Parts: sequence; C-alpha cells; structure tokens
Amino acid sequence: MTAKTIRTRGGLSLRVAPRSALVVLLLLALALTASVVLIGTGDFPMTPAEVLATLTGGGTPAQEFIVHDLRLPRVLVGLLVGAALGLAGAVFQSVSRNPLGSPDVIGFGQGSAAGALTVIVLFHGDTFAVAGGAVVGGVITGLAVYLLSWQKGIHGYRLVLVGIGATAVLTAARDYLMTKADIVDAARSMVWMVGSLNGRDWAQVWPLLIVCGVVFPVVFGQGRSLRMLEMGDDAAYALGVRAERCRLVLVVAAVLLTAVATAAAGPVAFVALAAPQLARRLTRAPGPNLAAATCMGAALLVGADWASQRVFGADQLPVGAVTGMLGGCYLLWLLVTERKAGRI
Amino acid sequence: MSRLAAESVTLAYDRRVIAEDLSVAVPDNSFTVIVGPNACGKSTLLRALSRMLKPTAGSVLLDGSAIDSYPAKQVARTLGLLPQSSVAPDGITVGDLVARGRHPHQGLLRQWSREDERIVVESMAATGVDALAERYVDELSGGQRQRVWIAMALAQQTPLLLLDEPTTYLDIQHQIEVLDLCAELHEEQGRTLVAVLHDLNHAARYATHLIAMRDGRVVAEGAPTDVVTAELVERVFGLRCQVIEDPETGTPLVVPAARRSRTATAATAGAVRPAGSPAP
Repeated sequence: MTAKTIRTRGGLSLRVAPRSALVVLLLLALALTASVVLIGTGDFPMTPAEVLATLTGGGTPAQEFIVHDLRLPRVLVGLLVGAALGLAGAVFQSVSRNPLGSPDVIGFGQGSAAGALTVIVLFHGDTFAVAGGAVVGGVITGLAVYLLSWQKGIHGYRLVLVGIGATAVLTAARDYLMTKADIVDAARSMVWMVGSLNGRDWAQVWPLLIVCGVVFPVVFGQGRSLRMLEMGDDAAYALGVRAERCRLVLVVAAVLLTAVATAAAGPVAFVALAAPQLARRLTRAPGPNLAAATCMGAALLVGADWASQRVFGADQLPVGAVTGMLGGCYLLWLLVTERKAGRI
Repeated sequence: MSRLAAESVTLAYDRRVIAEDLSVAVPDNSFTVIVGPNACGKSTLLRALSRMLKPTAGSVLLDGSAIDSYPAKQVARTLGLLPQSSVAPDGITVGDLVARGRHPHQGLLRQWSREDERIVVESMAATGVDALAERYVDELSGGQRQRVWIAMALAQQTPLLLLDEPTTYLDIQHQIEVLDLCAELHEEQGRTLVAVLHDLNHAARYATHLIAMRDGRVVAEGAPTDVVTAELVERVFGLRCQVIEDPETGTPLVVPAARRSRTATAATAGAVRPAGSPAP
C-alpha cells in the first residue's frame, strides 16, 4: 500500500498518498506562481516582487489600481473557472467511467453557448443577462442529458452518446441563431463562444466564488463514495454507498460548476477533458483524483492565459484557443509516450 | 433463528415478475447454497436478500426489521455481497482494492485506523493474496482476481456474506479453491454464507443448507443429503440421473443418465408427464 496514514490520539485518522499530495501541492504552487506572473504581465509590466507587495497592500496608487481593479479579478476568474472545470470534468469522467464523458464533450458547453447566444441575438442583453442565459442553458442541457441517459442508472456510453446527440442539436440551434444575428451581435457571439478572460472584473468573480465555495465542499465530501462507485453500483451498494443518490448529488454539482464557469468565461475548450487525465497521469493513483484535477484545471487555465498574452500580445488570442492547443498537444504527447511504455 | 430472511416477497424487474409470495430464511451459521435451473430466480432472490432489488411486495428482514429501514452503511457492516460483476478501477493495486472493503467502517475523519490495517492484512492472508498486495489487479489471472474480490468482501468484516455465482468463469481448480475458501470462512470464522452456485455437485459437497428453486418457488430445502435425490433433480432440473455417494466426502453426487436411456424414456414418459412440467 502506497498511502501514508496520519493518526491522532482521539482515534481520528487521515489517509494520504504522498505522491498525490505532492502533485496537488506542486500544481497549486504552479497555479499561484503563474497567477502572480500573469498579474505582472501587460502594457504596464510589474515584477513578481512588486505584484506581491501590491497584493499585500504596499504598492503605489497606480499599481494598486492596475492590480486590484484590472488584473486581479481577471486572474481570479481564470483560477476559479479552471478549478471548477477541472473538478466537474473529474466528476463526470468518473461517473461515466469514460474519459469522453466530460462536460465539454457531452454538450454542456454547447448548452451554455446556446443559452448565451439566445440572450445576445434575440434579446440583445447585457453581460449579466448573457451570463444568466449561459447558466440556464447549461443547467437545462445538463439535466436533460442526465434524464435522457437514465436507464436504471447511468451508463458511460449512453451518457456520452446522448451528450453527443445533444451537442449536435445545440450546435445546429446555435448556427441558426447566428444566421439571425446582425453583425455586431454575431461578432460578440463569436468572441463569447471561444472562451475568453478579457475584461473580466469583480462582477464575474463574486458569483463564481460563491458557487465554488458551496459546491466544492459538497463534491469533496462525496469523493470517497465516488471512488466506491467506480467499482460498479452493486459493489458500491454492498459497501454502503447509496449509489443513485450519490451520483445525482455529484452530477447536479458538476453541472452547476460547468454552468457558472462557462457563464464567466465562455465555453473554454478542453480543460474539463484534459485536466483530470493529466492529473491522474501525474499522481498515478486510481480513482477520480478530485483535488489534483481541480488544481490542474486552475494551473492549465492561468498558464494558458499567460501564454496567450505573452506570445500573441495583450488580448489578441482568447484563452480558449490556447487551452485547446496546449492541452490537446500535451495529452497527445502523453498518450503517445504511454503507448510506447505499453500502459495504454 | 435467522438474522436474514425474505418474507412472502414478490420480486420483479419492471413488470416482469420473477417470484411471487416467496419466503426464505437463512439459518444462522450455515453455508446456504441456492441452486436451480437458469432463470429460476436464484440470483434475483440473492439480490433481494442483499437489498440490491426492492421487493414489490413483502419484505426482507435483517435482525427482525425491514432491511431498507437501516442506514446503508449499517447494513454494509452486517451484510457483505460479492456481486457477479465488479469493475476494478484502472491502475489499482490489490492492497488498495482490498482496503476499500473497509469503507463502511470509515468516515471523513476516520479514514484508516490500525484496526482497518490489521483486518486488511488478515483478509489478504486468509485468501492467499498477501503476496500480491503491490501488484495491479488488471495483471492477475481470473482465479487470483476472484480471490482479491473475496478478500475485499472479507475486509468488510460482516457476519453475513452473500456470494453471487462466485465460481463462474473459473477453471475447475480455481472453482474448488474458491469453494474451499468459503468453507473455511464458514467453519473457522463462523460466518453465515449464502451463495448461488450453478454446479449441483459443488453445492451438495459444500453446503450445510441447500435451497432448490424452480420458477420462482422453493421446491425443497434442507441438508444436501436429504434434498439431493434423483427424484428432486428430475423435478427441479428436468434431468434424469442417479444420485450416488461421493467417494471423497460421502455427500450426494449427481450422475446424469446416459443420453440413450434419457431419450428413450422421455419418449414414453412424455405422454404421462403432468402439464406444466419441463421438457427434458
């Protein structure tokens, strides 16, 4: 057994796999370091030391303004969106026992996009209304896909297939909406659909922070039951896990996370699919690896945002395009090396 | 006295009724084996006894109360189940999988006590998989894997253990190995076992209490020596046979009649066969 145990005199005990814990800590450090560097990046560059000084209240008024009003909220949105997508992806991949069972593959992103576009094109709504439309679209799609996949429980392939069907329908609906849009709305829609962190401010941070603050503990609390569910409903039930109830709680939580993340940053590609896969290859631990996937998602998104600003200049390329490229290449590379090692 | 019993239960999948008004009591400290032809409802009965399937009428009683009135984890500390099919998570080691059997005894703040550790080590030793602890489950042979799953069920430390066809898909030597292990658990650790088995001779050899089912009804139950007779085998399985004494154990041994004699008598017996009884 690889896990280490920490015990107290009162009979409490925690079980930790050292490698997983190390991966989580490193990814967290990576995400936070990238955040600091990212705050210092832009037309008004700052060194990491200046950023840290400003964050702790020791900057000039100009630095204060740039950090607190402009760049910090954007980075926080990036961290939270990445973490939420990473966690939602880990939950869905575990529940469906299929790496393709990620929210972005099974139509939730498309659902949110359809919701947002409806608001943009038909109602010409402001940013808040668009975010609301995205949440509603994502949640409705999530619940519809779950209900349609239901057949005495949820089975991996069925969920993926129903999700792909839903994606096709929603993409068609989205394209139809685009034909109805005037050029301004169409441009706005396109930018929204790639997924971007440009111009995110505190108004996006608070709702994200509140939802994550409520949903994260719920998901992590169910983490142990989720590990049992991976052995099949019968085995989980035999071990005292109420399989169906546990799964429903987790799916609703993951749908919510995906919806608020998409509402804040648009359907950022690939994070929910890649983060759990990358995380578990680093931890080499069985199970959903919830904490590692969460930190991986955050690191991936902030890192991608930094790369897009650094390489392509400020606000040129939306972060969603970079996550797609970076995450996709890394995953392909991993799969190729693993095939050589004969593990896949 | 029996801790686990089904009281006039009706068992159905959707609207397809498998058994009606079925009552079964599992004698305490027995090694009970349920036998019967395919689709007789034996696995369904086991699913109901292990609360995987909720009866549409009647109830399954655990220690005198309806089994679904207990919290799930409490039942899981009393009654273990080895399902017919379980999925080993990718990349899990034997030790980690067996450790999962401790789940019903653990909580968020009590994740791994010394007792957990001791019981996992003991369970692996009892099933002979202790040497495999660091190996990946997907690398093991079918027989080894089945022993690992049994070790996990053992680590659950339940006085009652239900096994759904534990020998299916195994070679003969692994079948006997698994059954020997069950007998050991029953005799040495005093657990009550309930197993569904396909092989009547295995059942007769290992069971202390036999339940023979057909078409969702219990046809006979009792000690194998009383239950396994040529007449009963024909009634339950529709197979003409001789029952002789097992030269190794003295338990009943079913020897099917030769094909020629079976076809010859079937032709003549067919005319007088009562309605509703099976074709041979």
